[in-house]
Amino acid sequence: MGAGGPFQDKPGISVHDLAIARGGRVLFENLNFAVQGGGYAEIRGANGSGKTSLLRAIAGFLTPRAGEVVFANVEEPGEALHYLGHLNGLKSAASVSAHVRYWGGLLGGGDEREALARVGLRRIADLPARALSQGQSRRLALARLLVAPRPIWLLDEPAAALDANGRAMLAELISTHCAGGGLVLAAVHEPLGVEPDQVVTVAA
Amino acid sequence: MSPLAATFRRDFALMWGAGGGAMAPLGFFLGAATLVPLAMGPEHALLVAAGPPLVWLAAALAVLATLERLFQADLEDGSLDQLLLSPAPLEMIVLTKGAALWCAIGLPIALAGAPVAIALQAPLELVPAIVVSLGLGIAGFIGAGLVGAAVTAGVKRGGVLISLIVLPFFAPPIIFGSAVAGGAGFGPAFLILAGCGMAYAALGPIAAAAALRLQAE
Repeated sequence: MGAGGPFQDKPGISVHDLAIARGGRVLFENLNFAVQGGGYAEIRGANGSGKTSLLRAIAGFLTPRAGEVVFANVEEPGEALHYLGHLNGLKSAASVSAHVRYWGGLLGGGDEREALARVGLRRIADLPARALSQGQSRRLALARLLVAPRPIWLLDEPAAALDANGRAMLAELISTHCAGGGLVLAAVHEPLGVEPDQVVTVAA
Repeated sequence: MSPLAATFRRDFALMWGAGGGAMAPLGFFLGAATLVPLAMGPEHALLVAAGPPLVWLAAALAVLATLERLFQADLEDGSLDQLLLSPAPLEMIVLTKGAALWCAIGLPIALAGAPVAIALQAPLELVPAIVVSLGLGIAGFIGAGLVGAAVTAGVKRGGVLISLIVLPFFAPPIIFGSAVAGGAGFGPAFLILAGCGMAYAALGPIAAAAALRLQAE
């Protein structure tokens, strides 16, 4: 596994005694876990338990109340990770291919056409984002993970709005990424169809 | 494509593309400037004295009208998170977004300043100074405006709040810009205006980036 993968120097994330508060309320405290490159970890927890906040703290958007997130084998965490949130980050007037080209430029990109082909949007590359369905919009957001190769994927409910075919595609993307030495951390309610190497439960 | 080239291209395309409405501020500027002689009456001396400086007021308000959605849209649709993950510093990305705004609306307004100034009875020899000073002044307006737009990105209907934040900063460019348009031409007033515009354009993105990082929390 990972013999010919793109992310040879396996990245790692370790979380130490993390506590996160939102709006003055502590969501969780003393959270500890570690994930290594090649691993897929699921974050589970009830609504409002802090799954999104945990991902945003790891991405560096949110300052934790206590504890720290340590990255291994990664020079600049912000440039080594992808964050796929609830929001897809689309502009209604821009076309599918314009989005992928933009992300490729902004985040340091690779092959736009291949990225679109892998998420199944190649044939509607010229359509503006406003014409996309929810599921297609999600697929377009997933193309961002592919156009700019980065070892760490932080995914928040990645399967939201995807059909059965789309979920299978997502599962394939995750296993391919992990097989190449990448690391996937996903907040999920329903299993994604990939056997997680680890399950992190957040609770107060 | 580098992160900054991609940002410029995207923002410029969105402003000129369907529903982007880069023409609207230009139309606002032309409309407001046309109302000046209608409001002040046809008296030549009055128009000569007050008309050209009023070009500045119209330009400032036209820029103000574009600011509300500048970062709010990025915050609401999740694009802001992606800006934070770019290898390019957020300050440079914000500066690039400002530059795209200047090219999409600032430059057209500055150029439209020429016919408007002539219509408001400005002497022909002043027109080049008015156009160049408008270009520099609008760069300053945008620099200050980036900060107001970033601070209010999370506020619904933040347009009025933006005005309260940025209008005090608009005062120096308007004072010296009006002096240029009122007859000073390429003199000391122009140099002060240029310094002011450049300083805002350089410092605004730094403050705006700091505000945007807080918005992402």
